[in-house]
Amino acid sequence: MRSNTRDTWKSVDWFTILLYILMIVAGWLSICGASYEFGSAELLGTSGRPATQLMWMGISLCVAFSILMIERDFFEVFAYLIYVGILLLLVATIFLAPDIKGSHSWLVLGPIRLQPAEFAKFATALAVARLMGTYGFVLTRFHNFILVLGLIFLPMVCILLQRETGSALVYLAFFLMLYREGMSGYFLLAGVCAVVFFVTGMKYAEVMVGETALGSLLVLLMILFISIMLVSIECKNKLAVRWMACGSSAVILVASVVCYFFPFDLNWVVLGVLGMNVVYLVGMAIHQWAGRYALIALFSLASIGFLFSVNYVFNEILEPHQQIRIKVSLGLEDDPSGAGYNVNQSKIAIGSGGLTGKGFLNGTQTKLKYVPEQDTDFIFCTVGEEQGFLGSSLVLILFAVFILRLIALAERQDTVFARVYGYSVASIFFFHLAINIGMVIGLTPVIGIPLPFFSYGGSSLLGFTVLLFIFLRLDASRKEH
Amino acid sequence: MENKFKYQFENRRFVIGGAVIVIVLIFIVRLFFLQIIDNDYKAWADSNAFLKRTVYPARGIMYDRNGKLLVYNQPAYDVMLVMREIQPFDTLDFCHILGITKEQFLNRIQAIQNRRLNPGYSSYTPQVFMTQLSAQECGVLQEKLYKFPGFYVQNRTIREYAYPNAALLLGNVGEVNKRDLEKDSYYTIGDNSGRTGIESSYEKYLRGEKGVEILLRDAHGRIQGRYEEGKHDVAPVSGKNLKLSIDIELQAYGEKLMQNKLGGIVMIEPETGEVLCMVSSPTYDPSLLVGRIRGKNYAALQKDPLKPLFNRPLMAQYPPGSTFKPTQGLIFLQEDVITADTRFTCAHGYTYRGGKPACHGHPSPLPLVGALATSCNSFFPWGLHYLLDDRSRYPSVQQAFDVWKDYMVSMGYGYRLGIDLPGEKRGYIPNSKVYDKIYRGRWNSSTVISIAIGQGEILATPLQICNLAATIANRGFFITPHVVKEIQDTPLDSLYTERRYTGVDTKYYPLIAEGMRGAVIGSAWGATCRGANLPDIEVCGKTGTAENPHGKDHSIFMGFAPYEHPKVAIAVFVENAGFGATYAVPIGRLMIEKYLRDSILPESRPIEEYIIHANILPNAF
Repeated sequence: MRSNTRDTWKSVDWFTILLYILMIVAGWLSICGASYEFGSAELLGTSGRPATQLMWMGISLCVAFSILMIERDFFEVFAYLIYVGILLLLVATIFLAPDIKGSHSWLVLGPIRLQPAEFAKFATALAVARLMGTYGFVLTRFHNFILVLGLIFLPMVCILLQRETGSALVYLAFFLMLYREGMSGYFLLAGVCAVVFFVTGMKYAEVMVGETALGSLLVLLMILFISIMLVSIECKNKLAVRWMACGSSAVILVASVVCYFFPFDLNWVVLGVLGMNVVYLVGMAIHQWAGRYALIALFSLASIGFLFSVNYVFNEILEPHQQIRIKVSLGLEDDPSGAGYNVNQSKIAIGSGGLTGKGFLNGTQTKLKYVPEQDTDFIFCTVGEEQGFLGSSLVLILFAVFILRLIALAERQDTVFARVYGYSVASIFFFHLAINIGMVIGLTPVIGIPLPFFSYGGSSLLGFTVLLFIFLRLDASRKEH
Repeated sequence: MENKFKYQFENRRFVIGGAVIVIVLIFIVRLFFLQIIDNDYKAWADSNAFLKRTVYPARGIMYDRNGKLLVYNQPAYDVMLVMREIQPFDTLDFCHILGITKEQFLNRIQAIQNRRLNPGYSSYTPQVFMTQLSAQECGVLQEKLYKFPGFYVQNRTIREYAYPNAALLLGNVGEVNKRDLEKDSYYTIGDNSGRTGIESSYEKYLRGEKGVEILLRDAHGRIQGRYEEGKHDVAPVSGKNLKLSIDIELQAYGEKLMQNKLGGIVMIEPETGEVLCMVSSPTYDPSLLVGRIRGKNYAALQKDPLKPLFNRPLMAQYPPGSTFKPTQGLIFLQEDVITADTRFTCAHGYTYRGGKPACHGHPSPLPLVGALATSCNSFFPWGLHYLLDDRSRYPSVQQAFDVWKDYMVSMGYGYRLGIDLPGEKRGYIPNSKVYDKIYRGRWNSSTVISIAIGQGEILATPLQICNLAATIANRGFFITPHVVKEIQDTPLDSLYTERRYTGVDTKYYPLIAEGMRGAVIGSAWGATCRGANLPDIEVCGKTGTAENPHGKDHSIFMGFAPYEHPKVAIAVFVENAGFGATYAVPIGRLMIEKYLRDSILPESRPIEEYIIHANILPNAF
């Protein structure tokens, strides 16, 4: 036991711990900047947010230390138990939590408020890692895959019921881990395509080139291009690729020239070309008796179906405030005082930072509370305004190095359990980074999730600390197995 | 088996790692555009956070020529309220303190909250509830202010007047209108500027320069303090003080003499062109147009049928009557129509046109000096006749007449003199084209003969008449009349220091002065202006009677004193007072006495009494 502890200190990844310390300190300074009231001398007072955050940092460090002290096997053995316990807590939260800004995700215990959703991440990661580490588990087997999905979606649904959409979406990060563990890349491709098609289709829906709607034209051309690429990569049939590529290009080129002089809706031509390709692929599938062609044909058809249902989905399924958020985020709607207020003010705050920023505690936009939620979800504004381009880039690079380091650590694990857990951790951090920063600089819709280690909040800091340090504990004893 | 996937999908880590790098790179590029390339965000941030509050400078103060304080600034108080901070309070008590009714209170609150009327409304920032309370009114409120959270008192300044005189001359200050805002970018809505009088014409000096205070404003519009301790603030520059050429005691005396009469008095120091007093009657107390009572009082003054807002010395245009005769004499001398010895006959009128215009009994024939002393109505028509109708002089009556007109213009008639006050009227001197039009080109001196005695088409302002007196006093030149003697740290416009010579040689002026002296002390041919005669001051004068088709004639006096080295020139105009000698001459005499001796002789006392108590307002009959 004693030697075990000493080994842990020797083999734990101090580089990651250093990055962690750097980030929580930078995060604390940003919270100071964000919550600093103009004219207030009391920066380190006992009542302010910096003080509270300092207390949570202390608690987190204690918890981190404790985790490193715990036996490695504890996490694997109790993974399901922890998962079930947290799941019960999540369900209980739905009913017990008071309504705070429309969500029921906070458990109030006297002076402390906790958000169980923040702790469900590591619990889910543990449970998924435990399941996938089971002897004989093969992800590509249907029922195995369904089990994994079940483990991921259960907490997600609970959190959705707590009306914390942002926190629920974080669980999509697990698909990145699943991809590493052998899930078909087409799932990711399908996901990325869905998002790209949706965004492109929406953004250029109103733009007309002659008689042609630019949005659908771009999406249809993308579908054509991807399907030909797929044929090239998956079927290695150069003749088919040549036929499809040349034929399609020729038809579309001629149609474009004609369209220039006699305007008509070019989309019908591209749709026709796609249809011809599908017919050709089906023919190839039957002729060569190869399912790949059929799947690619299916991809084309599904994509076309998706494109035409986008408008339906957008107008009929999404709620008005979600529609507005998406439209504002895509730049379709300019509404700086309404729905776009947060993002606009956050862009102003960041943009006013310039190269080197205004200096610590000198940000006028954050100091004067122009950015709502500036110490929680929009904490990056403070960094951008006070530290400028150099400071904010440095923070981004810090995060990139941190996540890449986690990937490297995950790759060096010998057990599936540890690797799966490590990739889960890396994926969750990546998702948080991408969505949070994207939102603050106006690239993604406003989805309220915190920036790890920077955003104010005890639950999120503690949750991320536990998530990270369990992995570091697993990594420290990787040689034992 | 366990690690089968580890190696099978090992390369996928590059896909995932690559995605991380790509996303972070996209973010950094985006940050580069936001923070380095695009400058708009910095400007937006500034307009978000910085509230540039104007700091108003103190308006320049005015003194009279003897250094007596006339116009100064007095603190006034605005009641402000911040809607968000208001808590339930005793509305009745509050209304009682401010002397308003509950309805007024509620209406005002409604008006403040109405974004159409008050576009800058925010419940976080102070809004004006009531303006320009006096120190006393405010004192009562201050004591009880603790009972009314959300209400504040803000200091301002308003004009205060040391004397109830010279209202039209000094002018008043009021809120700028849309036109001012468009014309001058200095002003913003709600600013004050001089509306009339000196306040208006010297606005650029009096207003000073606004300062700026850069304050930090939070997202709710609340002020959080000064930006960098006021390092970038600009201090306001106070307006320049003015020393007027007016003698306020003289002005007050003139207003007292003119009470219950319509008309005006202008007095000028001939040597400098400085206006010593400019009385317009009826007048009003300038403090009536200050503060909250301004609107109501202004409307009342506007409605007054006696037109107290009409600055008669500058704006009233009367036929100058006999005061015009000196100018005619000067032109005839200059044009060699007459010499000092030329005599014309008068038989109770201008004999050339069958006794019209008519004249009174006096020795005949008489020379220029005598004609001025008796105000002969025949001498000057004769002169005009020889000037206009003698074809050996000018080939046509038109040419001759335009020569005459040019002389008049050179003496300050027919155009604005250019006094440093707004609203000056130009009077009227016709040219030959006017008569060509009226008489279809067929006219001669007889057609227009009444202009020779200052009647007919001729119009002049009292200021122009006084300026003529000053020109004669100077024996041939004048300096553009002006009411401001000194501007603090600024030289006076050269317009108000340069001598303006007329088209008539200075050598002819002493003769005119002699004639005017004769009118006062009497001459071999008579006198019309004996009422102005003082035992110890050699007064020179000329009476006039302006024909008034609407009622009784206007009484005019024009003069200067003393005869040698004159110190003062004067013009008095009393509407509907009949002959010049009845009212205008005694008023002129008293004014000259007052100015030159600073006291009224015992023998003048009854005249003073009589004048002060005379009421010749139209509705007094």
